[in-house]
Amino acid sequence: MDAFTPLQGAIGGALIGLSAALLLLVFGRIAGISGILGGVLPPRSGETGWRAAFVAGLIAGPLVVAAATGNLPAVELQSPVWALVPAGLIVGFGTRLGSGCTSGHGVCGLARLSPRSIAATATFFAVALATVYVIRHLAGGQG
Amino acid sequence: MRILICFLIGGLFGAGLAISGMMNPAKVIGFLDLAGDWDPTLAVVMAAALAVSVAGYAVKKGRARPVLADAFQVPSAGIVDARLIAGGALFGLGWGIAGFCPGPAIAALSTGRWDVALFVVSMVAGMAAFSLMPKAK
Repeated sequence: MDAFTPLQGAIGGALIGLSAALLLLVFGRIAGISGILGGVLPPRSGETGWRAAFVAGLIAGPLVVAAATGNLPAVELQSPVWALVPAGLIVGFGTRLGSGCTSGHGVCGLARLSPRSIAATATFFAVALATVYVIRHLAGGQG
Repeated sequence: MRILICFLIGGLFGAGLAISGMMNPAKVIGFLDLAGDWDPTLAVVMAAALAVSVAGYAVKKGRARPVLADAFQVPSAGIVDARLIAGGALFGLGWGIAGFCPGPAIAALSTGRWDVALFVVSMVAGMAAFSLMPKAK
């Protein structure tokens, strides 16, 4: 298990918050990644250009960090590869059904004290905590 | 110009995910695993992101319109309904299994890994399946 990294967490978190604040103040939009990505997919609703540019930036940002620091940030999978398929399907379906994810509800929604976002965030954190507990400590799979 | 600025704002978000360690499912699951060797980093990331975005929303209150758009498009306060809770629960289940939520998964495509791409393709398929449902809106 990785150690607690509060400094990197605070710097990275502040950049995420800055991105959300700028998207709001410059374009009047919520930085909800599932909504932005969903808006790029057909059937398309409204303008897609800014959404595609934002998604491209999401991928380019880590590359800039990698170029500056000399190594690409670690991505260590915690599940078998096959499990990524059902997990991805329900993350995609669930975030659209619930109108948001960690960014839209968790950061932007909580920032403006939206009751819907508070309820959604409490729900997905509670279910994710329970899921990890079951997988790691009850099923004994990947602990 | 608008497109370039949006790209740069997205870049800030992606850089933040990379620096914070949230692109890494091991860090995310490390937070979600309260009964294990708990890693509180995700809480620090959320707190820092909230502190800055709250300031952004405070600035918004004094402004009639965004700098480069006609109006703010912020969802109006709706009711907490079954659909919201069901969607949140499904998302939480998938998030707990993989340790990826949409932003970090897309940002992690930067590593060029096929297993990350497999998750993103599945996630996009899940979103597409939702749009194909009757009354998806």
